[in-house]
Amino acid sequence: MTRGIVDCDIHPNMASDAELLPFMPRRWADHLRDYGPLNHQGLAFALQHPRFNPGVARADSWPPNGGPPGSDLDFMRAHHLDAHNIDHGILMSLRPAGCDERNLDYGAAICAAANDWQHARFVQPEPRLHGGIMIPQEDPDAAVAEIERCVAKGGFVQVNFTPRASEPPGRRRYRRILECAAHHGLPVGFHVSGVPGHPSTGAGHLTYYLQEHHSNMPGMQAVVASLVLDGVFAALPALKVVLIEGGFTWAPALCWRMDQAWRRMRGEVPALTRPPSDYVREHIWYTTQPIEEPDRAEDLAEISGWVGWDRIMFSTDYPHWDFDDPRYAFRCPLTAAQRELVFSANARALYRLP
Amino acid sequence: MSRHVVARVSEVPPEGALRVTVKGRPIALFNLSGEFFALYDRCPHEGASLCAGRRVSIAVADTPGEYRLERRGEMIRCPWHGWDFDIRTGQSWCDPEHTRVRRYAVSVEAGERLAKGPFRAESVPVSVEDDYLVVEV
Amino acid sequence: MPTALHGAIDCDVHIPPPPTAALLPYLDAYWREQFTIRGLVGADFALTTSASRTPLACRPDWRPGKGESGLALLQRHVLDHFGTGIAIGHCLHGAVALHTEDMAAALCRAVNDWVAAEWLSRDDRLRASILVPTQNVALAVAEIERCAADRRFVQVLVLAMLDHPLGRRQWWPLHEAAARHGLPLGIHAGGLNRHATTPTGWPSTHLEDHVVGAQAFDAQLASLLTEGVFTKFPDLRVVLLESGFTWLPTFLWRMNKIWRGLRAEVPWVTRLPADILRQHVRITLQPVDAPPRPEMLAATLAQIDCDDMLLFSTDYPHWQFDADAALPEGLPEALLPKLLRGNALATFPRLAETAP
Ligand code: FES
Repeated sequence: MTRGIVDCDIHPNMASDAELLPFMPRRWADHLRDYGPLNHQGLAFALQHPRFNPGVARADSWPPNGGPPGSDLDFMRAHHLDAHNIDHGILMSLRPAGCDERNLDYGAAICAAANDWQHARFVQPEPRLHGGIMIPQEDPDAAVAEIERCVAKGGFVQVNFTPRASEPPGRRRYRRILECAAHHGLPVGFHVSGVPGHPSTGAGHLTYYLQEHHSNMPGMQAVVASLVLDGVFAALPALKVVLIEGGFTWAPALCWRMDQAWRRMRGEVPALTRPPSDYVREHIWYTTQPIEEPDRAEDLAEISGWVGWDRIMFSTDYPHWDFDDPRYAFRCPLTAAQRELVFSANARALYRLP
Repeated sequence: MSRHVVARVSEVPPEGALRVTVKGRPIALFNLSGEFFALYDRCPHEGASLCAGRRVSIAVADTPGEYRLERRGEMIRCPWHGWDFDIRTGQSWCDPEHTRVRRYAVSVEAGERLAKGPFRAESVPVSVEDDYLVVEV
Repeated sequence: MPTALHGAIDCDVHIPPPPTAALLPYLDAYWREQFTIRGLVGADFALTTSASRTPLACRPDWRPGKGESGLALLQRHVLDHFGTGIAIGHCLHGAVALHTEDMAAALCRAVNDWVAAEWLSRDDRLRASILVPTQNVALAVAEIERCAADRRFVQVLVLAMLDHPLGRRQWWPLHEAAARHGLPLGIHAGGLNRHATTPTGWPSTHLEDHVVGAQAFDAQLASLLTEGVFTKFPDLRVVLLESGFTWLPTFLWRMNKIWRGLRAEVPWVTRLPADILRQHVRITLQPVDAPPRPEMLAATLAQIDCDDMLLFSTDYPHWQFDADAALPEGLPEALLPKLLRGNALATFPRLAETAP
């Protein structure tokens, strides 16, 4: 491959929420200090399925000069961008989480500050890195305003939508946000995240982190079913969606199930004029990590063909523990053309990168 | 097979690890309460350096909910996806039949003896006062 | 009559829940009076998730005519038509969704006794599952104990979406009783709607609800596996009813992968998850949720890589296939003997006692 790689999932990090303060108006900086987040879960600051690794990170990703993994741009450059020949990295800020904050105005202030922080600390100093716009999605007016603001500012290539929201993303309350993203030609990235108060599965709350980690994958299926069957793509033909960190080999089977049920019950969803799988094929992209590892490596190639090689984009999830190394992620042989699509061309085209 | 002087014993602290390169090959040296072991320093999964991993024990349970540790600190957990490897044998815990990392014989030799050869000590200057780790590659 | 299915064991047919009036003779005096004076005799206890009015709920040419009983319809459309050897019936009565658990237990008892008297005793090709009040594990176990002596009950029946996943230790007395009596745990599509059915909230349509309902099975298998239910009860078999199965390859691969990294969190799981699941889990054939080309179905089965898992079913009267196409294209010939009979006989020990 002559060109370098595009990594569609890199996590910038901050040493503490205090790094946001310079980017917040006094009113909300005071709120952060005096009140803090109001969550849909029992714990205020920690996750209820404690993770398996400090910082949820690769043990070798702690910057030598201190701070948590992902917080030191110089170290990220050497350890990741240079080491893996990465031409472009798409940033995915995860905290602090303004998007599911119950105090909507505070959530909006957090998102705006996190976007400015991301821009100042990573996007501006490093041309290889591109921002994702964090939005207070439970307040569509504010979310739209934040997208407009960031578009004007420049440096952002995606709108980040939390897949675990109060309601499925296809619900009408969110439509304006998706419409705004489509209008600006920005893909909407759904990266595993969000604590909406719902159990992580329809079967109820889970016991182990192992289950919680696994539930990201069926969670992504719920996102797809909602967007497709609630008519989002039928209404917004220009919308492009990226599913990040949910894997991809499940997509064909979900399409088969949707198509089968739609053939019986299409009377309920007249807005869908084509089989659900058509909308999926046209509107949805997938990032690879954490890549599926079939017992027979060739199964991965076969299913990738069913999904569509033009829709699969490599990602590492750096610096998180379930990182994929670009050299070894695919255990099945790829043709040169497939490799070019997955590691570079698909993402360059989608995010309009050189 | 050749034997290589790779480090002074004191460079691999108790319960610590050191990465060295022998004939272009990365090798992880482990100190297990004064015993030394050497493994190929590339995880067979996606290639992480095992030296950067954490020391763990084997967790066992005869029945759900009753946890017990065995082999205290004798496993190295890959710094990436957490596969555990037996420091003594290189065998993987999650897939012992199919997955292992290559193990190399290590010995501790006195500098005095090393000065006589026939060891190779390209990168480690040998002094007669110290003890050294010698790996067979 | 399609001969390929002659003598097959159909592991999922539906016994339509009876009107409450039909259950009165099977309720004890207290509950009979309660139902009568509280005006509940006319109440419809259909489950939301069984979506009984949707086109999926009943194949158009299987819709009941006037005056024909449910049993007569089943006989005409399935048992006689296909020459079925044995059919396992499920009566998904809404008793299981009531918050009032003693009433739920009374209704479950009535439903099971009604099934035995009005269905099992009238056609010896029929077997049934025990409907249990999952509101309270002790009551559920009591119902298993009460029904288990009747060998025509071959399975315990629960819904896929309850308050808590089925692997949790609070459920273990249920699993213990099921395993002890040689009754697989049958987990049927649907649920109680006690919480949102997806991690991102409530779906908008019956269609979406049906589609995402399959993911509850993913969660139940992950729960049973990680909590160590199969370690604790090695004889327990779990049957997924109407889960589809084409999602299984990715699920198995991902469980293996995540277990390799997080094994220390569940040290009682000492073998590859996919191997444990292949040993303990069985899945009914319909709905197939089939791919567009038959060779993709064959490829999917090869990815599942286990001939023991699938159990033939029609899912009568749900509209899963048309005409006689109960077997999807793409099934390997060699799989048919196991699919149609062998796997069912191995899964439900009670079937072999009386298998024709
Ligand atoms: S690289 Fe070691 S476990 Fe994946």
